[in-house]
Amino acid sequence: MAKSDSNPPSGRRTSSGRYSGWRLFLEGLKGQRGWSRAWAKARPRSRYRVVIVGGGGHGLATAFYLASEYRINDVAVLERGPIGLGNVGRNTTIIRSNYFLPENIRFYEFSLKLWEGLERELNFNTMVSQRGTLNLYHTEAQRDLFTRRANMMRLLGADAEQLSREAVKELVPLVDLDNGRYPVLGGFLQRRGGTVRHDAVAWGYARAACEAGVDIVEHCEVTGIRREGERVLGVETTQGPIAADTVCLAVAGHTSRLGALAGLALPIESHVLQAFVSEALKPVLDVVVTYGAGHFYVSQSDKGGLVFGGAIDGYNSYGQRGALPMAEEVAAAAVTLMPALARVKVLRQWGGVMDMTMDGSPIISKTPLAGLIVNGGWCYGGFKAIPAGGLTTAHLIACDMPHPAAAHLSLDRFHGGRTLDERGAGPFPYAH
Amino acid sequence: MLRIHCPWCGVRDEVEFRYRGDAGVARPQADAALAAFATYVYERENPRGWHLEWWLHVGGCRRLLKVLRHTLTHEIRWVGEAHETAAVPHETPCGDAKR
Repeated sequence: MAKSDSNPPSGRRTSSGRYSGWRLFLEGLKGQRGWSRAWAKARPRSRYRVVIVGGGGHGLATAFYLASEYRINDVAVLERGPIGLGNVGRNTTIIRSNYFLPENIRFYEFSLKLWEGLERELNFNTMVSQRGTLNLYHTEAQRDLFTRRANMMRLLGADAEQLSREAVKELVPLVDLDNGRYPVLGGFLQRRGGTVRHDAVAWGYARAACEAGVDIVEHCEVTGIRREGERVLGVETTQGPIAADTVCLAVAGHTSRLGALAGLALPIESHVLQAFVSEALKPVLDVVVTYGAGHFYVSQSDKGGLVFGGAIDGYNSYGQRGALPMAEEVAAAAVTLMPALARVKVLRQWGGVMDMTMDGSPIISKTPLAGLIVNGGWCYGGFKAIPAGGLTTAHLIACDMPHPAAAHLSLDRFHGGRTLDERGAGPFPYAH
Repeated sequence: MLRIHCPWCGVRDEVEFRYRGDAGVARPQADAALAAFATYVYERENPRGWHLEWWLHVGGCRRLLKVLRHTLTHEIRWVGEAHETAAVPHETPCGDAKR
């Protein structure tokens, strides 16, 4: 199969070389002018074995694992805009596996283990920082629930520990234990949780996938999905038609829209989730803290800004912004929990569009159409799942059967009555 | 911030309301097949465009309203009582309101 002219000859294409401290030193001697592009900007060919729609975290990770684990590198990743400007660059960068349902704990723990070895695997500094994720509780019922959750996690091999009020205060002096509204009774800590620099995840996977032979095509919007009967044959794009044996949708936030192009109805609604960054402060917070009496979570980035967020705005929306009522609610929770933040200024605020599924859990699945795979429905928790989501989606594409860690995420769970409702909220996407 | 014109209370801020989802889905007859109920409970059109939806005026008259709202621009074009209905302008799945 001939590569198009715009691509260098096959094999190791424009290699950015191996990154290391030694290389940084050597390039420093030459004025840092020896670095090349981390990934090649490909023009699409007319046919691939696998076309992945969406160059976000999950799409790029799927492409990388297809090439590295399953030896399939006849793969194109099609991204509507530039790499890294969608949800992979809009989240609050938290990784953790502190779930309640056993299927979710296993899946997210699998992901956390992949995060732990990711920088070595990608040869890219994604700044994985296992600074710990702390969930606070404010009532005795909440303590019992967290105890049960922690026990469930430990039974399945994840780490979790209970913290007393005093231990919470020691770990996070910023928290006002006796705040007037919801006094803190204690916390539930996963030390292996933490944060990762989200842009670096997109760049690292893009670079490693490109190195392995994957074509990464930016500014290529999919405008149609070609079908023959119940089989998908490829996609129509703004850069022409592309045929493929398998088309994988990895466009969380817009899965319904791409699904509609293929005539597929999905158990998904799109909602907006906001995130915020404050002005840079001196180090005040070295753990991810989640407030238990409202929806508020916060960490401090290496640049010093507090990165925080809350719940979804609460009604169907594709607008990548957010409304003030939720901004006010998040700010109120922040100031209740950490009164010292009252005079901190918010520098930036933005919104991302979430695929909210009917049970609050993601979808990695075949579809009723042969040759069409869906990776989506990530609700507000897709970032932490990127390595496991990519690997299990690649497994599904390459082996034609679900990966054991993700078998429970199939689309037919809804009609089959096997939903995974972590919160027990019922089939109401705005309630998850 | 949405401003919803409640037919009973007048124009009010969104914080007075609770969103209750897609008002376009119809409950199947009691003797319909199981698959019809699964579709009713789980599958949604989720348009990027005009959307007919339920809003409960929980902080006001406590009536359930039907609202026609655009999911990209958030413009509200019509508000009615629960038994009323409005035509939902159709946009193609690929229609991009920004262009």
